[in-house]
Amino acid sequence: MENRIGETFWKRLLVFYIPLFMFLVVILFPFYWMMIASVKPDQELYTIRASPYIVRNPTLKHWELLFFDTLFLQWAWNTFLIALASTAISLTCGVLAGYSLARLKFFGSTTIAVSIFVTYLVPPTLLFIPLSSVIKFFDLHDSSFSLIWSYPTILIPFCTWLLMGYFKTIPKELEECARIDGATQFQAFYKIILPLATPGILSAGIFAFTLSWNEFLFALVFIFSPENKTLPVGVISELIRGDTFYWGSLMAGALFGSIPVAFVYSFFVDQYVSGLTGGAVKG
Amino acid sequence: MAQVDLKNVYKTFDKTPVVHGINLSIAHNEFLVLVGPSGCGKSTTLRMIAGLERVTSGEIFIGGRLVNDLPPKARDIAMVFQNYALYPHMTVYENMSFGLKLRKFSKEEIRKRVEESADILNIRELLDRRPKQLSGGQRQRVAMGRAIVRHPQVFLFDEPLSNLDAKLRVQMRTEIKKLHQKVATTIIYVTHDQVEAMTLADRTVVMRDGYIEQIGTPQELYETPETRFVAGFIGSPAMNFIPCRMIENGGNLMVQLTEALRFPVPAGLAKPYRDFLGKELLLGIRPEHITEQRPHEENEELVDFEADVEVVEPMGNDTMVNFTIAGVEVWARMEPHAAPPNAKSLGFMVNMNQMHLIDPSTDKVIR
Repeated sequence: MENRIGETFWKRLLVFYIPLFMFLVVILFPFYWMMIASVKPDQELYTIRASPYIVRNPTLKHWELLFFDTLFLQWAWNTFLIALASTAISLTCGVLAGYSLARLKFFGSTTIAVSIFVTYLVPPTLLFIPLSSVIKFFDLHDSSFSLIWSYPTILIPFCTWLLMGYFKTIPKELEECARIDGATQFQAFYKIILPLATPGILSAGIFAFTLSWNEFLFALVFIFSPENKTLPVGVISELIRGDTFYWGSLMAGALFGSIPVAFVYSFFVDQYVSGLTGGAVKG
Repeated sequence: MAQVDLKNVYKTFDKTPVVHGINLSIAHNEFLVLVGPSGCGKSTTLRMIAGLERVTSGEIFIGGRLVNDLPPKARDIAMVFQNYALYPHMTVYENMSFGLKLRKFSKEEIRKRVEESADILNIRELLDRRPKQLSGGQRQRVAMGRAIVRHPQVFLFDEPLSNLDAKLRVQMRTEIKKLHQKVATTIIYVTHDQVEAMTLADRTVVMRDGYIEQIGTPQELYETPETRFVAGFIGSPAMNFIPCRMIENGGNLMVQLTEALRFPVPAGLAKPYRDFLGKELLLGIRPEHITEQRPHEENEELVDFEADVEVVEPMGNDTMVNFTIAGVEVWARMEPHAAPPNAKSLGFMVNMNQMHLIDPSTDKVIR
């Protein structure tokens, strides 16, 4: 990066590189900790004499335990399917609701928009109690569907609210122009507005996917059988037995569990921030 | 035939009336300009013709067909928006062909029409670009191209030049006029810029606060404005309005501006003014009709007077001179060399044949 006029190397170091470095250390330290804890043999993990920041005799024992003695891969697969399905449901509803609330004027539209926001404010920790009766009523206990249908209760308000804001940033004239060009309202929506909303839809999707991937409480309450568990719950419940913590495997599980999220973020980061609407109107 | 008729069209937004009963008939292939200050209802009127707004009451006909309940796509119109509204995710070619594709034209027909329109607008080499890669003027051209490929019955322009810089605006104005000559169609054009209204229009409609103030050719509006608003709105720089009193002197009418300054009213204009004898009125006179003194016959139309100069603004082709009469700022337009920059006092000549008299109680021009 080129220095701006009047900016010395030292000033740049002081106001830019050093704070950035400190920020990176804070952010990345937990991952480093997970990484080394997952490859330390037990005697190193529990000693207090040696420095905890380095590994002397790396081992893959904890990873072996995680992959072969627990249902870890099954949990990961469950979590993936559940996150994917609930994200798909929430995005579909969020896109349609967000668009209608942003663009169509109908009786009660403002009230609906506000109440969706209020719903979003209700903490999930309160919601799970009544929801568990609902789950019981539909006989979905201990099934992935209990989560696939209950995650959207949190995700749909979130996606709707986010997308509503995004749709509002797309100039109304584009749609009006499409309608004059010969499109119906629906054609204008899916041929013009939807492609332009891609960055917003991706953002909402990434958030929804991450939230469902990491969700703990609902998954803990609604699922009992080990083979149906999701990753966060499975790792905690199977690797903490009584007062025995399998720290190495726990850390391995946590590290592995964060890979898909990191992958999803880095893969879509360009889309995520892209100004795809550039050039639509004067600018 | 694409005649457009508006019959008693009203529009109300949430109980706020915006357009009050517009009656307007736009002839086939006519270039009609709706002009007025912002908030006068001109854009709303255009959007009602486009079908983007519902009329509250009244009827709109396009080509003799009642279109009140038709959606925009069924009205056979095309519209160019102020901010161009190009689809950013499509190339210029896709932008232009979008409407034809929706109307299920064949691929060959689409290609033919797009290329034909691109040639008219000189944008053939831009067809593969995206809107982001175009300059303001190019985007404007594409927006027009997207309208003309459809061969619509009526073109609607909503302040299409407002986002361009001054130089480009003048250039595109000429292009729009040329376009109308090449592609003969009915055009309804909305602008707040009276220069566009003058230069482009076959007929101009001046609107104000949701009412039509006056309809006429640009020259008619300039020469015979019916109201004080039109008189002040059309023409640049704007007309001077000087308070005066109508008096009679030896059988001839005169306007008295100050104790010392009175101008004779030309005999040919005097008749309607007789009723206003002794009344307080406004003398309307355009800056171009107050000039430097020139040799002239001793006749009653051209009157010489002197005034103390306040500001001199050279424009190059002519020089604007500002002075005060009866407490009102007055502008005169002079030959560049007739007004030195440091002039203190100058002789002026007013052409009273070009005078207008306005009755301040009705704001109507007396005729």
